[in-house]
Amino acid sequence: MTLLGQFSLWVAFLVGLWCVAIALWGRWQDRPELAVTVTRSVYVVFGALVVASIALWKGLISHDFNIEYVAAYTSRNLPPYYIVSAFWAGQKGSLLFWAVVLSLFASLAQLLTPRRFADLMPYVAAVTSSVVVFFVSVMLFGSSPFERLAFTPADGRGLNPQLQNVGMVIHPPMLYLGYISITIPFAFAIAALLSRRLDTGWIQAIRKWTLVSWLFLSIGITLGMWWAYVELGWGGYWAWDPVENASFLPWLTMTAFLHSVMIQEKRGMLKRWNLGLIVGTFLLSIFGTFITRSGVIASVHSFTQSNVGYFFLAFLTLAAVLSFTLLYTRWPQLEAEVQLESMLSREAAFLFNNLLLVGIAFSVLWGTLFPILSEAVRGTKITVGPPFFNRVNVPLGLLLLALTGIGPLIAWRKASAANLRRQFVAPTATAAVALAGLLAAGVREFYSTVAFTLAAFVAGTVVQEFSRGVRARRRMHHESVPVAFFRLIARNRRRYGGYIVHVGILIYFVAFAGMAFRVQREATLKPGDSIELKSPFGHTYKFTHVGISQYEALNRVVSAATVQVEVDGRPAGLLTSEKRQHVDSFKRPTFEPSTEVGIRSGLREDLYLVFAGAVNGTEEAVYRFNINPLVWWVWFGGFVLAFGGILTMWPGGGPAIAPSRSVQSGYGVSLVGAGRE
Amino acid sequence: MIVMGESGSRREFLRRGVGWIMAPALLVPAAARLPLAPTAAVQDSLAGRGAVGTLHDPLAAGAPRAPTGAEENEAEIQAIETRLACNCGCTLDVFTCRTTDFSCTYSPRLHREVLALRSQGKTAQQVLDAFVAKYGEKALMAPKPKGFNLAGYLVPGVAIASVGAALVLLIGRRRRVAAAAGGGSSPLAGVEASPDELERLRQALAEVED
Repeated sequence: MTLLGQFSLWVAFLVGLWCVAIALWGRWQDRPELAVTVTRSVYVVFGALVVASIALWKGLISHDFNIEYVAAYTSRNLPPYYIVSAFWAGQKGSLLFWAVVLSLFASLAQLLTPRRFADLMPYVAAVTSSVVVFFVSVMLFGSSPFERLAFTPADGRGLNPQLQNVGMVIHPPMLYLGYISITIPFAFAIAALLSRRLDTGWIQAIRKWTLVSWLFLSIGITLGMWWAYVELGWGGYWAWDPVENASFLPWLTMTAFLHSVMIQEKRGMLKRWNLGLIVGTFLLSIFGTFITRSGVIASVHSFTQSNVGYFFLAFLTLAAVLSFTLLYTRWPQLEAEVQLESMLSREAAFLFNNLLLVGIAFSVLWGTLFPILSEAVRGTKITVGPPFFNRVNVPLGLLLLALTGIGPLIAWRKASAANLRRQFVAPTATAAVALAGLLAAGVREFYSTVAFTLAAFVAGTVVQEFSRGVRARRRMHHESVPVAFFRLIARNRRRYGGYIVHVGILIYFVAFAGMAFRVQREATLKPGDSIELKSPFGHTYKFTHVGISQYEALNRVVSAATVQVEVDGRPAGLLTSEKRQHVDSFKRPTFEPSTEVGIRSGLREDLYLVFAGAVNGTEEAVYRFNINPLVWWVWFGGFVLAFGGILTMWPGGGPAIAPSRSVQSGYGVSLVGAGRE
Repeated sequence: MIVMGESGSRREFLRRGVGWIMAPALLVPAAARLPLAPTAAVQDSLAGRGAVGTLHDPLAAGAPRAPTGAEENEAEIQAIETRLACNCGCTLDVFTCRTTDFSCTYSPRLHREVLALRSQGKTAQQVLDAFVAKYGEKALMAPKPKGFNLAGYLVPGVAIASVGAALVLLIGRRRRVAAAAGGGSSPLAGVEASPDELERLRQALAEVED
């Protein structure tokens, strides 16, 4: 099967090259009949990569330990679902995963894009195939998943214990899907530049793709936070690690694009900016891959250091130079159709929202690269960790949260003083009440207080927008409140789905702010010993060490330390944290013992138990106890955000996108007449 | 386990058998009065009330741990350690690493150094300075905001503020130029309407716009 896999990679490589060449030559020679050949080449590349993927999966499932990748990431006693996830657990397999998913997306783009964009499609195929060819060439010339060993080990090394978690089965593919699908909007942007079709057409073609990409990135990042929380055992979910930052960067720029693209659709403005954002987002996704795979920056999430980093650096540089040169050559044709009329307008709010999102992206990138810069300039190694990122980014994040509430309150084009008064009263009052409540409750932590207050302001804005919309529908259509509410959302999915996403974001901020009140304590307990902790919500938790039990499971020896929990004197069950010594099928230890935390999750706070180890081989246990407030809301915020995102991209349910700004003008004048009647 | 040879008689065997069978039934009412979760009282090794049990396979439970002391939970010690980077390559701070990655041998050593420095009466800042003197600036989780490091802290904020100010100035200038040219792209510009009517129009637009 490895021969078949390697052969398939070569087929994908050569057909991909052919596709790029014939697509560009066909457009250059103005031979539209070649478009069919181009499309079929895209499908062939996808087929070849599917065959290569099946070959690797066959090797994984049949325990063919002569394949280096199979021996490095699986063992005979690895549970079957982790054998499936081993496909993307290592560097080589994840490269193949990238390539096959990208070729799938490229095929879907060819298949699903409406005919009116037919003249863009050969260029789209050329760009997507170039990226696929790059990934396949990394495998062929740098890091092949089908490399064989000189001998066949009796058993494989097994999967890293920290990857043996359901979060790692779902989180990496989600994140990869986000990264990979960015290539499609990028391909359309480049196609628009190459074909000089620089109206809003290409934006309509990529709307769904950008939302899909943003949604996958959002879900992937949230799942990554969940995995870090339940698996890594340090008690938090975001550590500003370079690889975490690398996933955050394209999310920020993509979020900026999703806002600024509305201005281009409605007003014909920000064309250059939007193209720049799409190109930048794609480059950041490749940059993230470079960071993860090059070893240039230390990270707990990195793959093993290898030479593939050079491939990515070269590709990143080439893609940046070509894209920005192309953008530069088309600069004059990307003039805005209208100018911004007022700084007090929705457009201006979106502009500043974009400035902040891109500014935060720059800030995160700057902090991630600052150790390299410092070493280059001063020759001094420094560490840039969470204290730095929090200090720089928390104020920016809070400003962004404020804009999330302010933006929807300001009218398009130009807001009047009366409009502002009318719009801001209720959200500001909500924020004031929240602030008073917080101060009365004795909350004094500055940033958390600001975050809670601003979250109340955003909530006030969203509720006001929904209630106004419902009232308008009731007035116009005489509907009941529930019917008006659901029809309001169903008929304006993009707008109200967006507001639901804002709710998800405010929930995130509230949850993040809650971690400022975390309680943590270490203790060594003999069976029967107890400690008590007071939670930020005023509960008293009593933890009594029950004992440590040891048993064998499928691929590990488990030492389970258990505490009995009482809340305010009432029994609340048991909480168990484990040490797991993973073994291969010959019972030989494969990795250092890993820790499984015990979590009891609640709406207010999580109890987080870490079994640090046993004292002198006895049942006397060393524990770390955490009480983490509001963590559940991070996952719920992710759910709300995903729901809003899906609602926004759901087919139908909204007026067609205006082909140009002239529609907006006519729409306005007709209503002037209506208003006078 | 019941071994025939030990009791020596069939009667003894039967007596024990009946006892074993009946015991759960007799215990049910008593068990019903107990909390659902097992309590410490059912354990055979209780602190201060007998020997602490020994693990069957101590190595499987990770590296042996020393008992923690009161100093481990001192807020100041924790605060100092969250500002110091572990040098095992984990990218975590000393406190997080030593309480998370239990195979790390660096962070417990660094923790002991912090305790030793504190026991000498050094302040938090003096402990941090001592670490920088010994391990270099990379010992800190965030660089000191002075000299070149200031660029790290200030560049993002300054960049955002500068671009924001430039945007405001640029847009203001363009608006003035457009106004001077007698332009104004507003479709409402030539419409005869009172400010009140225009406000009503904007409200109507805001309610129905997508």
